[in-house]
Amino acid sequence: MNNLQLVWKNITQQIGSTLLSVLLTAFGVAILCVIYITGDAFEKQLSNNTKNIDLVVGAKGSPLQLILSSLYHVDNPTGNIALADARNLGNNPFIELAVPISLGDNFKGHRLIGTEPSYLELYALKIGEGKIWGKSFEAVIGSNVARKRGLKIGDTFNTAHGLSAEGHVHDEHPFHVVGILDRSNSVVDNLILCNLESVWDVHGIAHGEHNGEHDHATEHEHNHDDHDHATAHNHDEHDHDHAGHAHEDEIVSEKPNDVFVKSIGEDMLAHRGDEVTALLVKYASPAAMGIVPRLVNQSTDMQAASPAIESTRLFSLLGVGLDSLAILAYVIMFIAGLSVFISLYNALKERKYDLAIMRSMGASQTKLFSLVLVEGLVITFIGGIIGLLFGHFGLYLINQQASESADFIEAFRVNSQELFLILAACIIGMLAALIPAIRAYKTSIATILADK
Amino acid sequence: MADTVLSSVNLSYKYPQGAKLDFPDIHILKNQHSLLLGDSGKGKTTLLHLLSGLSKPTQGEVQLMGKNLYSLSGSSLDSYRAKNLGFIFQEAHLLKNLSVAENIKLAQSLAKVPVDEHAVMHMLSELQLADKANALPHQLSRGQKQRVAIARALINRPGLLLADEPTASLDDTNTALVLKLLFDTAEKHGATLLIATHDKRIKDKFVHAYQL
Repeated sequence: MNNLQLVWKNITQQIGSTLLSVLLTAFGVAILCVIYITGDAFEKQLSNNTKNIDLVVGAKGSPLQLILSSLYHVDNPTGNIALADARNLGNNPFIELAVPISLGDNFKGHRLIGTEPSYLELYALKIGEGKIWGKSFEAVIGSNVARKRGLKIGDTFNTAHGLSAEGHVHDEHPFHVVGILDRSNSVVDNLILCNLESVWDVHGIAHGEHNGEHDHATEHEHNHDDHDHATAHNHDEHDHDHAGHAHEDEIVSEKPNDVFVKSIGEDMLAHRGDEVTALLVKYASPAAMGIVPRLVNQSTDMQAASPAIESTRLFSLLGVGLDSLAILAYVIMFIAGLSVFISLYNALKERKYDLAIMRSMGASQTKLFSLVLVEGLVITFIGGIIGLLFGHFGLYLINQQASESADFIEAFRVNSQELFLILAACIIGMLAALIPAIRAYKTSIATILADK
Repeated sequence: MADTVLSSVNLSYKYPQGAKLDFPDIHILKNQHSLLLGDSGKGKTTLLHLLSGLSKPTQGEVQLMGKNLYSLSGSSLDSYRAKNLGFIFQEAHLLKNLSVAENIKLAQSLAKVPVDEHAVMHMLSELQLADKANALPHQLSRGQKQRVAIARALINRPGLLLADEPTASLDDTNTALVLKLLFDTAEKHGATLLIATHDKRIKDKFVHAYQL
């Protein structure tokens, strides 16, 4: 009988205390596993999603909200900006690439992004199948959208209004899938791309690149199920709820006294031509970093937000939560170690005669020492393995709960660094078993046998 | 002498509390089953521990199967003891987490002898325990436990079998049964018996006895 067989017999005979130690270790490891993988995935996503984008220009408001909505696609936009202003800014010699984006609709939670072909260049995206859009209502979809929704080239789908899958469905404007992007491990995998005009057209918004002035009352008569778009409106995605929203024109006509509502009305009255949600900017040189944001913030009615700064801020905010969870996990791991210690220490009292008998049969002191040490090790090793299973299952559940655009955690992908968690659990087990093991080593056969 | 199984010379032992015991010299030949007689507190168990190398004497020397026990280092002594000595205690003291067969195999394993399933089953059959091979100690009667302890002590075919008060709590009938079993099994497996006891009922069964 080798050490492992003996240890297994021992731990299965005291199943209660063993189970407690195993579960405590498992919970500690599971929490650390979830923290590690989500933190790591989140950090990778932050860097993947901000790749090549030095600045985001959008409507005034929270810079973090602007970044979250325009880069990570997890929040509502701050508002719209005039496309003409965005184009002007894009012509600045400090800017190498400026890509406008327009948000507003989604397909089963996957956001529809109206943009230009240069968006693909900005994210270094490649079309795996098909081609880029050539006209309105042609869409290029992310790899996850294709996989999860079973969409292929030539398929059609209807988008729902707003950023929630439950919004009003624009069934009068089906989109045709003309291209599928290769996987990029960024949020784009979950997005649907089309031209800017598609987003305007689907909402019946008049547009024309060089024509800021047009007659909204006559140009578009776009009927939604429950309201009339005969009067064009600024498409303000962030609070666009078709189920019960009041149109800005109605709000203005009713002369509301609410300041927020009034500002929307004022925005609409001061019509600025075609509008987009944000402009994604890539600098031409590092010198732009000190000039362009100031230029935007001081001399336009737009705001510039730096992805690097806001992402760091976001991660530091999340970091507080992750750190708190990590502390909890360490405490649980410590308690697991304590549980192993108490369990082995008490078991030794019961087993001291067994140990003495084993010594009389030829077991060396080292053999008894290693038996107890291996017992602590096996308990925490099993706990560690179960913990990783718990952790990955937890990640799977988190992933199921997350919105489609935040679906970036690969729940069942085993990271080689998880071995360190198992190693840490084993070290805790061995440390906890050390004192009982030393006691076993020092078992005085003569004294114990004489006591009997 | 080639037939000498165990001999001790000038053995004495000082307890940590200060008391000191001097023991008579012992010389046991092969198949010369012997008795260590003495009342409680006379040091019978202590002498058994000294003779088996479980404790170290203050002075004196012990030769087991021709080897000076105290010249061996810790692990060599453990290994030598495992192969040449069998122990039987007043209680069977089987490891409660292991089955009957596993308790016996453990003795082989600790002696670093390859586990011999056939030998284990043969031994159990000899002791009428074949049907209890997979039973746990708590499922056995006291007599069955004692037989398992004997099987465990003899599985490695040691030259010397030490028994500490094997009949202390038994009635006359069971005492006679256990003694017969010990004699028969020891002789069958070529082991020499040394029994430490205060039980005067068994004195007549032995030709050789050492009085403490």
